[in-house]
Amino acid sequence: MTIEQRQQEIIEEFALFDDWMQKYEHIIELGKELPVISAEYKTDDNIIKGCQSRVWLHAEMLNSGVVHFTADSDAIITKGMIAMMIRVLSDQAPEDIASADLHFVNEIGLHQHLSPTRSNGLLSMIKQMKFYSLAFQAKNNG
Amino acid sequence: MTEYSIERIREQFPILNQQVNNRPLVYLDNAASNQKPNAVVDCISNYYTSYHANIHRGAHHLAQLATEAYENARTIIANHLNAHREEIIFTYGTTDGINLVAQTWGRKNLKQGDRIVISGLEHHSNLVPWQMVAEENGCIIDIIPVLSDGTLDMAVYDQLLEKKPKLVAVNQVSNSLGTVNPIGEIISKAKNINACVLIDGAQAVSHFEVDVKQLDCDFYVFSGHKIYGPTGIGVLYGKKAILEAMPAWRGGGEMIKSVSYQSFSVNELPYKFEAGTPNIADGIALGRAIEFVNSLGLNAIRAHENLLTKTATQRLLEVPGMRLIGTAAEKTSVISFLIDGLHPYDVGTLLDQLGVAVRTGHHCTEPLMNALGIPGTIRASFACYNTLKEVDIFIEAVKKASQMLS
Repeated sequence: MTIEQRQQEIIEEFALFDDWMQKYEHIIELGKELPVISAEYKTDDNIIKGCQSRVWLHAEMLNSGVVHFTADSDAIITKGMIAMMIRVLSDQAPEDIASADLHFVNEIGLHQHLSPTRSNGLLSMIKQMKFYSLAFQAKNNG
Repeated sequence: MTEYSIERIREQFPILNQQVNNRPLVYLDNAASNQKPNAVVDCISNYYTSYHANIHRGAHHLAQLATEAYENARTIIANHLNAHREEIIFTYGTTDGINLVAQTWGRKNLKQGDRIVISGLEHHSNLVPWQMVAEENGCIIDIIPVLSDGTLDMAVYDQLLEKKPKLVAVNQVSNSLGTVNPIGEIISKAKNINACVLIDGAQAVSHFEVDVKQLDCDFYVFSGHKIYGPTGIGVLYGKKAILEAMPAWRGGGEMIKSVSYQSFSVNELPYKFEAGTPNIADGIALGRAIEFVNSLGLNAIRAHENLLTKTATQRLLEVPGMRLIGTAAEKTSVISFLIDGLHPYDVGTLLDQLGVAVRTGHHCTEPLMNALGIPGTIRASFACYNTLKEVDIFIEAVKKASQMLS
């Protein structure tokens, strides 16, 4: 599935919710279901420090040529947002990740979580995901 | 004094009358910045629509009106603090005032090996400016530790004074926990060893009357936006003799008496520290904000806020896993708390969805949060316009958020 198809899938899922509470209950659920990041990757090197919540991100290039992400956060809503980012961006080609426009966040009405004022680490995490992809891409081409 | 009429007060704050996420706004982020009454907003608008001009230098009518209004605000502030006009320096805010003292008095007087005492309750703005001077001049910063209830360990303070610090810089009220520090005792003990004392009054001025002469501190700083006034304006009070001995900081217009290509001589107080065209509109409006709090009476405001704080504190304890951070006997209208197993950011996000504005995080007191071993807190803070009904909404919102996250 392409990045765009995965975004559409999330948008359709969220269209089912009648109110904000169902939406946030779903995000909290996604946060709880996010696969645990391996302890060896939950290091200070992998930390993206927001003022509010902390995010750990690990990226690796698989032999198949896609970038695989694992991540964690100490805040569950941030973690739910991370789960969606990973669902959209993980196991995709690095060039697609680097150029992805994550419009689904806006369309499901959660853009405020990517506002710099939230400083929850999410915005920095997306930058970092793209940065890793560019680095992997450069390595591949080099 | 007239009866404390919450309806009449709220009428003066139209911003409060709005919906957030389809619910009535409950604004409980007052310790970060409180809202502005019509009198203050109108004052700014009136200035720009009626008599704006650059102050002090002009010979024309508008310049004279603007100058009079700006200097009148200085007099209002001086009277409010029981200070002289020339001891009131307009700044951009508390942080700016502390930096001014650090970069002038500090750089001149704090030498290699000199000690600076601050408290473990300080906002970064009363820590970093001293770290900058300490790094440059080779000074040592000592910290008064914070006890588990959020009060200062005054026994350790006594010990730190034995090392003869040159400066004691503490806040009157903690922004993170609301603890009211015993600044009378802190100042008098510091004065016994001739230490200079700076008091950060940012969190105090909207709750307490301040008499700088009685306190006998050397410097007192606060921000306009924490006392129902505008952002971008603040006050540094300094004892006249100390201000006179201090070198100027920012250079430019207004702060000089005469200038040649070879040299300059500095203007008299308070202009010596006010280089450039000042924030005229907000200075005038700050005077108006102080008149506003005095019209309600700070004692009446505090009594009202205490009722809200006491009620909210008791009712928060109904929430399972509730942990209050900072339980000092003397507190302002700040309640910092955590709920076991829940991250402050998550709780804050859901409260926002429920129309309740609180602050979450380390509140610019990272060392304090580290000392308490917590990532941050959820902080609710009340002002003169909050109501008991809003306390109810807040408590129900906390319960709802807690239930959703558990």
